[in-house]
Amino acid sequence: MSTLTRTVADTQVVAKRNLIKIVRVPEILVAVLISPIMFVLLFAYVFGGAIDPGEGVSYREFLIPGIFAQTVVFGATFTGAGIAEDMQKGIIDRFRSLPMSQSAVLAGRTLSDVVYNVLSLAIMALTGLVVGWRVRGSLLDAAAAFALLLVFAYAVSWIMALVGVLVPSVEVINNASFIVIMPLTFVSNAFVPLESFPSALRVFVEWNPVSTLTQACRELFGNTNPAAAASDAWSMQNPALYTLICVALILVVFAPLAIARYRQTSR
Amino acid sequence: MTTATITARGLVKRYGQVEALRGLDLEVPQGTVLALLGPNGAGKTTAVRILTTLLRPDGGSASVAGADVLHAPEEVRRRIGLSGQSAAVDENLTGAENLEMIGRLYGFRRRRAVDRARELLAGFDLADAGDRPAKTYSGGMHRRLDLACALVAEPPVVVLDEPTTGLDPRSRLQMWEVIQGLVRAGTTLLLTTQYLEEADRLADDIVVIDHGRAIAQGTADQLKAQVGGERIELVIADAADRPAARAALAAVAAGDEVHHGSTERSLSVAVREGARSLRVVLDRLEADGVAVLDVGLRRPTLDDVFLTLTGRTAEEEAEPAGGTASRDGRGRHAQERDAVPARPDVTPEVTR
Ligand SMILES: Nc1ncnc2c1ncn2[C@@H]1O[C@H](COP(=O)(O)OP(=O)(O)OP(=O)(O)O)[C@@H](O)[C@H]1O
Ligand SMILES: [Mg+2]
Repeated sequence: MSTLTRTVADTQVVAKRNLIKIVRVPEILVAVLISPIMFVLLFAYVFGGAIDPGEGVSYREFLIPGIFAQTVVFGATFTGAGIAEDMQKGIIDRFRSLPMSQSAVLAGRTLSDVVYNVLSLAIMALTGLVVGWRVRGSLLDAAAAFALLLVFAYAVSWIMALVGVLVPSVEVINNASFIVIMPLTFVSNAFVPLESFPSALRVFVEWNPVSTLTQACRELFGNTNPAAAASDAWSMQNPALYTLICVALILVVFAPLAIARYRQTSR
Repeated sequence: MTTATITARGLVKRYGQVEALRGLDLEVPQGTVLALLGPNGAGKTTAVRILTTLLRPDGGSASVAGADVLHAPEEVRRRIGLSGQSAAVDENLTGAENLEMIGRLYGFRRRRAVDRARELLAGFDLADAGDRPAKTYSGGMHRRLDLACALVAEPPVVVLDEPTTGLDPRSRLQMWEVIQGLVRAGTTLLLTTQYLEEADRLADDIVVIDHGRAIAQGTADQLKAQVGGERIELVIADAADRPAARAALAAVAAGDEVHHGSTERSLSVAVREGARSLRVVLDRLEADGVAVLDVGLRRPTLDDVFLTLTGRTAEEEAEPAGGTASRDGRGRHAQERDAVPARPDVTPEVTR
């Protein structure tokens, strides 16, 4: 078997093992799926009136793509925590003593977490539809938006995979990821229109991939605000392309780093 | 001529200040069983982890079934099965799912992985529990599942780190039988243990390690001979009878040493003929009119091996090694050793 087919096969085996856990410990799934619902409802009803994105678009429509983006980015914490948890367990020694592809241990985790993201996107979309969010573009565009969300989430989960290998403690990961993810998601256009940021922060917001991901989704879902001033930053002009470039960069840097680090630990 | 299936030369491993291994050599010829015997912190797990490619040594070299541990770890992994000190199974998977997963990771087709899993579950008395998540298993079942995991690909070399620590006597016997089955099938086996009895029962050859270094090597009989086989321990009523008691013990001594006990009135000696020697001693004491307070026959333990080889007991030894206190299972080991029948404290001081 070639190394690549071996890696793909082993990745699937590890992913399946992770997914079985969802079936055996359904409480995890409930916890993972309730927070997106809460976010949608909280922002829609608590802050819905307080923040005015401008004329012509309801705050809810403006908001839902941002919540999608934020939730899948936060979801990466789950990858880090899963890997950290595995690293403390004997099962890792088992994997290490097998003639399997060692990168499959991490690749299997990032793959199985795509399933979590699919589920949480589905449940958020449903909740969104209930509170008044609508897809105003074509279904194909909407599918592209969901695909972009999943691909971005996959890339971010490799960053957290590295963190999970470096910091093998679930509690630390949960706290550490807040430090990184909170600024990324809140200093973006996910919840607040770009115009309301002070100019010093605006460049960061414009080139923050969470912003471009959100922007791309708004465009693909048809949830943009025609009255809002368009940003003339290249990233915001080409949000989908820029987001994909970020995805590629993140994967190229973090996947090899995480795998190399994994191979080194405890050797 | 046999090919050495496991060879280690001058293994060195440091953890900061702690020297876990200080030049350990090992040789396990094909189809034989080597027991690595040593107290907590001796370096057993460290040696096992190096030989199974889980840990990189700071010095020395090792090869398993012809593959170099440092340069061809992948090859080594193809040829070994490992059952580590703490069970390496996924608690959320069933026994069958654990075994199937491992089969698939060895590159088995689904059918073959499933069949092999069923076969192993049956062979390890886990058939009924095979479809229950491993977290519902008892300690003994965990251990057996872990060993089954090590055997999925029928590796020619198997490494077991304290396979029976923490098991009740019945599970221990069961585990011994499983291991003996492996040995009969021609598997080369390296196992670590804290119990001479276990090494005695399972191993062709025993290496006693302490502080990361081999301090003795031989068959169980050779080691016991060094320790002096069974011992008679005697406590007399009157310290004045001591010379007579010593003479009685010296007459049946296997070696030439009668140990003084911790009190004026206790003595001990290694004997060759067990119960027969005991009777001889008692008859003679009776004839000499020596009043006996307590007398007993005791089989040698790891402690005796240590006492003889190092002049210290294993417990005294394990503590200053430091740093292990928080490592899992440690408290349990200590407890188990304490469960060995108490004996009068024998000091290492020797009389001729
Ligand atoms: N990861 C580590 N970090 C620091 N010290 C370690 C580490 N692993 C082992 N040691 C030290 O190395 C020495 C040997 O440990 P090792 O686990 O090999 O002993 P052992 O013979 O397996 O003991 P036990 O019977 O308790 O399992 C001990 O002093 C231990 O404290
Ligand atoms: Mg150990």
